[in-house]
Amino acid sequence: MLSSLLSVVAASDWVSPTIDYHALAPEIVLAAGIVIVLLVDLFTSETNKWLVAPLASFSLLGAFIPVVTIALSDNTMRELFDGRYVVDEFSLVIKGLFILAGYVVVLISTDYLREGDYYQGEYWFLVLTSILGMVMMASSRDLVSIFVALEFLSIPAYMLAAWRKRDLKSNEAGVKYYLLGVFASAIMLYGMSLLYGIANSTLLTDIGETLSSEMTSIRALAILFVIIGFAFKVSAVPFHTWAPDTYEGAPTPVTAFLSVASKAAGFVALVTVIYVAFPYASDVWQPVIWILSVLTMTVGNVLALRQTNFVRMLAYSSISQGGFILMPLAVAGEGTTGQSALRAVVVYLMLYAATNLGVFAIVIAVARKTRSGAIASYGGLFSYAPGLAALMTIFMASLAGIPPLGGWFGKFAAFQAVLSAETNWGYAIAVIGAVNSVVAFGYYGNVLREIWMRPVPDGDTAPVVIQPAIAVALGITGVATLVLGTLPGIVSHFGDLASLSSAFSG
Amino acid sequence: MLVNQFLMLGAVLFCIGVYGVIARRNAVLVLMSIELILNSVNINLLAFALRNGSADGHTFALYVIAVAAAEVGVGLAMVLLVYRNRKSIALDELAEMKG
Repeated sequence: MLSSLLSVVAASDWVSPTIDYHALAPEIVLAAGIVIVLLVDLFTSETNKWLVAPLASFSLLGAFIPVVTIALSDNTMRELFDGRYVVDEFSLVIKGLFILAGYVVVLISTDYLREGDYYQGEYWFLVLTSILGMVMMASSRDLVSIFVALEFLSIPAYMLAAWRKRDLKSNEAGVKYYLLGVFASAIMLYGMSLLYGIANSTLLTDIGETLSSEMTSIRALAILFVIIGFAFKVSAVPFHTWAPDTYEGAPTPVTAFLSVASKAAGFVALVTVIYVAFPYASDVWQPVIWILSVLTMTVGNVLALRQTNFVRMLAYSSISQGGFILMPLAVAGEGTTGQSALRAVVVYLMLYAATNLGVFAIVIAVARKTRSGAIASYGGLFSYAPGLAALMTIFMASLAGIPPLGGWFGKFAAFQAVLSAETNWGYAIAVIGAVNSVVAFGYYGNVLREIWMRPVPDGDTAPVVIQPAIAVALGITGVATLVLGTLPGIVSHFGDLASLSSAFSG
Repeated sequence: MLVNQFLMLGAVLFCIGVYGVIARRNAVLVLMSIELILNSVNINLLAFALRNGSADGHTFALYVIAVAAAEVGVGLAMVLLVYRNRKSIALDELAEMKG
């Protein structure tokens, strides 16, 4: 076996690949930031540990600069390593989203961690590492790099979920997330090994060409396994069982991170694989995604209706939102729908990230005072924290999809894409989606009723102290939700991504 | 070559691993079952690399081995954490949260 490997290597003349350092700059800055954060935390005295959090945010902002400069440069289509690592418009938009979402997560974690039962600097290291994995995921166009990026972003997230070591709930959150996450990536890997055997290449474009010929059962099985692997990651029903427990048990900033960034990374990987590797196999994955999407939005909604814990309700709400993000993908293979489906997914991810991070920022600010996660503990929030109550109303309305807020435009783009397919499957899923978005008013409205109409449960109307970091996070997410909803042209501009969807139009 | 036999072995290992993950209640045994699946992936990759005569499969298998080691490191640490707090690693006893 070794001799066959050596003969293969010897047959090809080794040429060192040329590396476009500008294209890799976000990753390099982030990697440097990770090392600095780890070392500073290791070698500073206990009194100077506060330094680490600002350093983490600076390395994220530093990584954002090259993303902007690449986007502004003339060449926004950079292929590295024979097209295994591609920096194009799609990946730039997604990288920007991950880095900014990571920045907001750092903002909402700062005070939460400082006031927690104990402080450990590895938190920042793990968050940054996970974001680096996501940033790499946005560019990966090869089975190996997708797998490595997926593990890169997941393994720190497992540890973050089990962050509170002495808390039984946090332990349970970590173990459940870990076991199901690793099981899912193992199944995905089995599918990937079959894909490699079929195409004799790990490059996604080669796999796409091979799959364009005939469809055999083994090819369908490989596609199915890969999609199931990512369905776990985006907590699509019936692979969602870890999500509510993990979201409830993990520390709240980590839950925000998992429900936004980690979920978005799963969708990015799914989109990349579908658009680059499976464009000609839509007969196989379209029905699978259709069923996953319908189940996800329906089951997520129905279970969210009966929750009494706010974070757990948000977990089911985020499962249901995931169904809406999957919805345009269910018809992405029909004619020219690929383009608008891709735009809908990207737009929805951005708006969902802004809104959901805002909700979690409020949850952290309020729970600091009430020390409770129950929805009932938000009773009378308006009477002692009118600003937070107003913001919460905006975010809830955005999640429910009321115009002119961000979430509305995300839903609009998704329905537009589904209807433009002009197939019966498309119309059917649009109807189911419409019914579900009405059902969702039930639980989002329930929170608003508590905030505006119910009395304060324990009569304690001392105002909620909002720390500066949380205030900045609320500002960013609130403005994003409002502006992107009222001026949807800004965000839909980011969604016009020709490079990735070219496979469908051709 | 014996490629088909290797693929068969991979498929059997995969099925045993999936069964183990679903049926076992001991966290360490579930971890070992996941390792079985990852090993079936490696066998598949190497068998295909042998058949196709390309180095990609060998490289992929090396990555899988390295990442699997990292994963098991985290997994065992987490099992240890649970054991310290509960004196048990039975997964069905992990039911603090319901609904």
